[in-house]
Amino acid sequence: MVNKTATALKGAPAQGVLLKDMKVSRGMRIFRAFNLVFLLLVVFLTVYPFLNIIAQSFSSEGFINAGQVNLFPMGFNTETYKLILADSTFWNNYGNTVLYTVVATAISMVLTTSFAYAIAKKELKGRSVFIGLAVFTMFFNGGLIPNYVLISSLGMRDTIWAVVLPNAISVFNLLIMKSFFENMPRELEEAASIDGLTQYGVLFRVVLPLSKAIVATMVLFYAVANWNSWFQAFLYLDNPDLFPVTIYLRNMIAGVTTAGSAGGTAENVGQIAANIQSVTIVLTVIPILCVYPFVQKYFFSGVMLGSVKE
Amino acid sequence: MALHIDGPPKVVPGVEAPKAAKRRDKPGSWKLALKRDWRLYTLLALPLLYLLIFRYLPMAGNVIAFRQFQPGGSIFGEKWVGFKYVTLFINDPSFWQAFQNTIVLGVLTLLFCFPMPIIFALMLNELRSQKFKKFVQTVAYLPHFMSVVIIAGMILQNFSMTGTVNQIAESLFGTSVNFTQDPGWFRPMYISSEVWQTMGWGAILYLAALTRVDESLYEAARIDGANRWQQTWHVTLPAIRPTIVTLLILNIGTFMAVGFEKILLIYNPLNYATSDVISTYLYRVGLESSNFSYAAAIGMFESVIGLTLILSANAISKRVAGTSLW
Repeated sequence: MVNKTATALKGAPAQGVLLKDMKVSRGMRIFRAFNLVFLLLVVFLTVYPFLNIIAQSFSSEGFINAGQVNLFPMGFNTETYKLILADSTFWNNYGNTVLYTVVATAISMVLTTSFAYAIAKKELKGRSVFIGLAVFTMFFNGGLIPNYVLISSLGMRDTIWAVVLPNAISVFNLLIMKSFFENMPRELEEAASIDGLTQYGVLFRVVLPLSKAIVATMVLFYAVANWNSWFQAFLYLDNPDLFPVTIYLRNMIAGVTTAGSAGGTAENVGQIAANIQSVTIVLTVIPILCVYPFVQKYFFSGVMLGSVKE
Repeated sequence: MALHIDGPPKVVPGVEAPKAAKRRDKPGSWKLALKRDWRLYTLLALPLLYLLIFRYLPMAGNVIAFRQFQPGGSIFGEKWVGFKYVTLFINDPSFWQAFQNTIVLGVLTLLFCFPMPIIFALMLNELRSQKFKKFVQTVAYLPHFMSVVIIAGMILQNFSMTGTVNQIAESLFGTSVNFTQDPGWFRPMYISSEVWQTMGWGAILYLAALTRVDESLYEAARIDGANRWQQTWHVTLPAIRPTIVTLLILNIGTFMAVGFEKILLIYNPLNYATSDVISTYLYRVGLESSNFSYAAAIGMFESVIGLTLILSANAISKRVAGTSLW
């Protein structure tokens, strides 16, 4: 991170010198203006769908159906929020999402950390085989049907395990963590083992306390992925009491939500109103938006870490 | 004492001992590795068990593509049926339609979603204000952190009859289009949303590569009289070429898997003609109609093509560009 900032700072004055040295050509000025407009447009187009959903969530159904809601709420209405927030199914599913995220992230961290630590040891016999076994799964996988058959025959259907176990190790995360451990100064570990610590002791008492940054990054990677995941739950869970909130939203979008869980307001169950959908989207997105500023920074440094290796 | 020195019984163990020690100390022997690193191997046990059960067992489970499968029976099927299911899907017009749609969407994704992050990164790189750059980046990464369910919800709302896109269409052309159901509009809807989703985050590796470009190369180019555009063309682009090639290979590798989850959420029977891809088709055949073996055969076909694509892309780039994944 420090290095990167240094390069960025070094880059800026160099361009400043260039400006003084050379008269800024007309073409360059036109390009800069165009560049600025283009990037502002990107910003607007990226943010717009979010603003539109927020506006719709506070609007009356009539204005939405008339196609009049853009950036600002029309016919301000908070009834739908009250409705969804009073829906026990919504809260149950929200709780499930929190539970699945915590359990799955914990499992993933234990597996990924121990795997990464072991294969980061260059002298470990069989190391390249273990790495190969993991990397191969990035490019070839069993596919939907064999996975489905396996999970079903393991008796995991309608249990939390079908959601938290199948994707426990992300090979991408594993490789990032491995390269972090590889870049740790060896002297630290050697000194610790001379002091009589076993390899477990070195991992838990020396390496992990020094790896807080990478552990935090990995926790965020896994937690965001688990919070957002829906497909495992969609495939393997039939019991509505076990659904995560993404399935609650998915059923609303697909129009299969029962009148009960949509608050009983939709006369036409097949067509759940845009307003209710928007409210649910906003309520699902809020936690992600709250951690986003932190996550974004960590994700960036994580990706940098992973890419340095390549 | 002398007897002890000369005595053969003493000599024999003396000869044997170094031999045994040599065998034990031979660098790279498993016995030694296990003795020294058994704790590391215990750390590997659970992750390897995980890979075996959740990654390699399903790979072996693909064998049901050639076997009769009974729901509730063995995950490897009951009896051999040979190429029955393979010939079945080869003669299935719905499969070929899905195949064609997969290719078209894959090519469109490569054409539009692959270059956009490069252009975006280059344009960001031209910004002089670091604060503004940071701001644009922060905003542009946002879609990457959204659940695909939320993205799907936004797509369907924005392209609905009363959504923003139709409001614009209405004001420009006076008519609205049923984007979410008209098969002719599925591809533009899918690709534009894909660009929206991936452009910002996709730029991140290029931006990382751009920060590592040697500043002196630019100075040299300026002394040679290169203008800004020539600097970009002759310095910046060659500098990030390894990143471009690596990401291109990875993109080609996921060619066949085109946005399965997203399509599953936004398509509907009315636009199957353009929206149904191999993965969604095998999902319906396998899990909605319970033809497990048939769907497994299709899935295997898809995985094999995917693997072939990535291996050949890697080989080509190794030869042509000198960059490869491994």
